[in-house]
Amino acid sequence: MRYILRRLGFYMIAAWVALTLNFFLPRLMPGDPATALFARFRGRLAPEAMQALRETFGLTDASLFGQYFTYLAHVAKGDFGVSVAYFPAPVSEVIATGLFWTLFLAGTAVVVSFVIGTLIGIASAWWRHGWIDTVLPSTFAFLGAFPYFWLAMVALYGLGFTLGWFPLGHAYGDDLTPGFSVTFLADVVRHAVLPVGTVVLATLGGWLLTMRNTMITVLGSDYVNLARAKGLSPTRVVLRYAARNALLPSVTGFGMALGFVLGGSLLTEIVFSYPGQGYLLVQAVRNQDYPLMQGIFLVITLAVLGANWLVDLVYLWLDPRTREGKS
Amino acid sequence: MSAVTTPRTTGAAVWWMAIRRDRKASVGAVLLALFVLVALGGPWLVGDPDALVGIPLQPPSASHWLGTTGQGQDVLAQLVVGTRVSLAIGFAVGLVVVLVGALVGVTAGFCGGRVDALLSLLFNVFLVIPGLPLAIVIAAYLPSGPLTLGLVLVVTGWAWNARVVRAQTLSIRARDFVAAATVAGESNFRIVTREILPNMTSLLVAQVIGSTVYAIGAQVGLEFLGLGDVSRTTWGTNLYWAQNDAALLTGAWWTFAPTGLCVALVGFGLTLLNSGFDEITNPRLQLERAWRAHLRRRGHEPGRSTPVVRHG
Repeated sequence: MRYILRRLGFYMIAAWVALTLNFFLPRLMPGDPATALFARFRGRLAPEAMQALRETFGLTDASLFGQYFTYLAHVAKGDFGVSVAYFPAPVSEVIATGLFWTLFLAGTAVVVSFVIGTLIGIASAWWRHGWIDTVLPSTFAFLGAFPYFWLAMVALYGLGFTLGWFPLGHAYGDDLTPGFSVTFLADVVRHAVLPVGTVVLATLGGWLLTMRNTMITVLGSDYVNLARAKGLSPTRVVLRYAARNALLPSVTGFGMALGFVLGGSLLTEIVFSYPGQGYLLVQAVRNQDYPLMQGIFLVITLAVLGANWLVDLVYLWLDPRTREGKS
Repeated sequence: MSAVTTPRTTGAAVWWMAIRRDRKASVGAVLLALFVLVALGGPWLVGDPDALVGIPLQPPSASHWLGTTGQGQDVLAQLVVGTRVSLAIGFAVGLVVVLVGALVGVTAGFCGGRVDALLSLLFNVFLVIPGLPLAIVIAAYLPSGPLTLGLVLVVTGWAWNARVVRAQTLSIRARDFVAAATVAGESNFRIVTREILPNMTSLLVAQVIGSTVYAIGAQVGLEFLGLGDVSRTTWGTNLYWAQNDAALLTGAWWTFAPTGLCVALVGFGLTLLNSGFDEITNPRLQLERAWRAHLRRRGHEPGRSTPVVRHG
């Protein structure tokens, strides 16, 4: 319990750092931030909208300290300001439209990649120097060297454009209305195969190598030899004795990799015109929509912190030592 | 530290011999050398990458080996010229990231106490905040260009190195030779620079290589988003223009395929070099290989568990 609370405290601090960075970044721009920021919007935004923006960002005549608290109060209410690219929609609404798709895409990809990568890692450590161990780790290490979004482009070109097996973009067909019907869900899956698949291909190698290397160490340890000597079945020795312990470094890495994989998945979204945060981010960059950009940064950071906390819960279940409150 | 009194070959020569002995490392080094050569000399051979030389979106032919872009520029020329900037930023960022990481990590590990607690908190926070969105927000506010790109990559990339260096510092600090140096009255600065850092050389070299891989990949990603200077020819902006000119939907694979392949080859070369180094600097892996070879010669099948090998 203490462990969980301590981690929670850490994530609160991380969230606070992200919030504070978000507040100070516009003020790092050369010159007077308010003027510089609003010079770009002049002619495109109504004066009332500019005033609203100014207030949300705390870019008022109040002292820096006062501005900071105005900003925190607005964020606490979920008010990130008004989007420039999607004027006059508030940033929070714009982000909400894409949040589900991003979480779906990145979440599925990271879980699938972790499970398959770990299983192959176990297999290649057990049949060490077998064909799995000689072929797969280096293949996936090579695939991992490609930028995610480039793999996505190649897959889209090869499997989507040339062969026509998969749709060329979007999360579902334009002719379908979202709902819990079989046709709709099947269509969503069909659209997700390529984006998820390419992220999985690019990230699998990391999990595979981590798991393989830890498994090799664990398989050489005394208690595994004892389990084998007792005559336990190989499946039991591998899965219940060795793999469970070898999983710990991978789970620790899982939390840290989340942010990284999410970044790659955002770029992949762009290639597939997938309607998630990545797509919104490009719109924000092209239109210099700072409120939207910063809103996306905050929301994604909070999502990653939340996911990290869930990973901590899994770790607690896997490793009894953390439950005893030691270390 | 080094109690070696016998004369020995200098640092660079040792690395060179080690690279030549290890197959993985030599393949990696050759790949890397090729790209460095292209980056240094290539731009003189291919001419102006921005010149409009032909009809847009022509497939590879004898006059344009890799075809033309959506604007009618030569893809090969763009690729070669882009290599220079992309590699330069990659190596520079890789080096700076490790310097910052080492500075923070050694300080945290060596000072301990409150300093350690604070610095550890700092790098753990930066590790958990997703890098790409943070990089985008920072880059969007600064004037676009290589300097901004480098800065952003350093800000989002240093934390992991700091964490590893801190752990390593803690473990080295607990060894006897550091205690001996302390008793002998050496200053803290000398202990760090003469006793602790030299013992981390192989780790730091590995980190520079790993960080360069990260820097090249992340840089290409940011430029693909349009956050670089899009008027400059780099690997990332090439991909940005390929995507913008709808290369995929017109079937112009030659505008994006070679660039990505180059990114991957450089990354793979560096990774190979790194895993080669690992086998060179990790005596356990080296001895294990020798042991397995020994068993094979005697006609035994090596066992499944990691062998415990004796020295000497």
